[in-house]
Amino acid sequence: MTEWKDWLIIALYLGASAGFILSLKWLSHPTTARRGVRAGELGMAAAILGTLLQGDIVDFRWILIAAFIGSAIGAALAIFMPMTAMPQRIAVSHAFGALAAALVGTAEFLLGRGDLDTFTAGVLGLEMLLGYLTVTGSLIAFGKLQGIVRDRAWVFRGQNLMNLAVLAVGVALVVALTLSPSSTQLIPPLIVVGLTFGVLFVIRIGGADMPTVISLLNSFAGLSGAALGFAIGNPILILAGALDGSSGFLLSVFMCRAMNRSMVNVVFGGFGASAHTAGEAEERPVRVTSAEEVAMLLDTAGLVIVVPGYGMAAAQAQHKVRELTELLGRRGTEVKFAIHPVAGRMPGHMNVLLAEANVPYDQLCDLDDVNPDFPRCDVAIVIGANDVVNPAARHDTDSPIYGMPILDVDKARSVVVIKRSMRSGFSGIENELFYEPQTMMLFGDAQKAAGDLVHEVSKLPSPVLAAG
Amino acid sequence: MTKQIEFGLWIFMLATFIGFEVIRRVPPLLHTPLMSLTNAISGISLVGSIILAGAGRGTMATILGATAVCASSINVVGGFMITDRMLKSFKRGSRTAGGETR
Repeated sequence: MTEWKDWLIIALYLGASAGFILSLKWLSHPTTARRGVRAGELGMAAAILGTLLQGDIVDFRWILIAAFIGSAIGAALAIFMPMTAMPQRIAVSHAFGALAAALVGTAEFLLGRGDLDTFTAGVLGLEMLLGYLTVTGSLIAFGKLQGIVRDRAWVFRGQNLMNLAVLAVGVALVVALTLSPSSTQLIPPLIVVGLTFGVLFVIRIGGADMPTVISLLNSFAGLSGAALGFAIGNPILILAGALDGSSGFLLSVFMCRAMNRSMVNVVFGGFGASAHTAGEAEERPVRVTSAEEVAMLLDTAGLVIVVPGYGMAAAQAQHKVRELTELLGRRGTEVKFAIHPVAGRMPGHMNVLLAEANVPYDQLCDLDDVNPDFPRCDVAIVIGANDVVNPAARHDTDSPIYGMPILDVDKARSVVVIKRSMRSGFSGIENELFYEPQTMMLFGDAQKAAGDLVHEVSKLPSPVLAAG
Repeated sequence: MTKQIEFGLWIFMLATFIGFEVIRRVPPLLHTPLMSLTNAISGISLVGSIILAGAGRGTMATILGATAVCASSINVVGGFMITDRMLKSFKRGSRTAGGETR
């Protein structure tokens, strides 16, 4: 009698798995990406329906109330959160995901008192540790991105040793719980240690390492979900958690590769606070330019490449930049955007900002695609980027960023750097590019500078009219 | 029990491989939507939360479960909606507006 129901649940779960996999597959191209979102939604709906059909659920009241509140908050966040706050939003949602997994794991452990087999106890222990550390880690990341917590890495002597010690205590507690699942009095200390380690882990990460850390937290949130799936014997949780875990892990590997650093170095290095700060280095002459002069350069340019960085996002200059490039496009100039994988505060940050500002995505180019274009580029405009265009990464073996793949901006005929001051970038090292003979510095706020350029370029005589 | 664990490990391993293969093909252009979409998918903890909140296993289970349902539905609803909102803004260059596109 209930057999058809069992088969229906199996079919729904299988459909959900297919939906999740297809949704990630369709994300491989902007033209199919929205279909991917639909597939994911259908998959989620199937998974939820399958779960509700299971006989174990006797009381729907609290589920409905909680789901209603959560959906309302989620929808409000999605509708009202400005696109510029996307890194914070992503960070805080990792905290929600991990919190859900951690709470369920805790309850399952407490409910299964005594009866838990070694495997389930071990998995639940790991799941709690991973889950709780992701909760506070993500909240600190959120705080840093929102500007509540200091953005720079917070480093002190003996910190690594202390962090490792805290982590070791956490692992020891997990082992103890695995060996004796009835000692539930160890759960509160485990929760405290997990929460503490999350804070310690992220507090020492500087702003520019955020892309790696956010990806890593994404991976942790997924893995804790998968671990929960093992503990309660739910295949769809294992599958979705594994997909999420591998995605976050892969992204963090990409980010590390784009900085030529190892994961260990990011997590334990405290790059952002390294003692390399050149201080008020020797005063070398730079060429200072004006918006008017840059407009004249742009007048005759055939190819212009814009290199955006976090500075553009911080100054909210993306709309002015789009105006400028649109103006140039109308004058017949070819425009490209060169986007470094770690530009900004999360993977793909610049792309989302510029796409939202109405820059067509075929102008947004990756490092490998755009680097061959720099030698034929007439004007490269660097706006709010620093370390990712430092030629020292190519040849100066002493430089902390040596070996990092960079955008070959120095190969362009002229380079315009829009910057507030001569202060060094995140890594604290001097940027050789600024002193190259073809480089001109346009000092000022990125948004204002871009606005001035729009103004000056629009005053230029139209080349189309002149020709006709 | 051992069978169930074995079964789970198979799923985990295969899903990880599929994940790596599929996600490797996502261009850096779409890395933020990818993260936001996987976030929505990780809201699948909702499944575990629903089972915990609704199975009538005591007050503690219901409270923790309902909190978890709330947290994961934020991710599910918010995650899918915001991913779609982001993807909507990705447009191909139109000849009429820009006039360039080469």
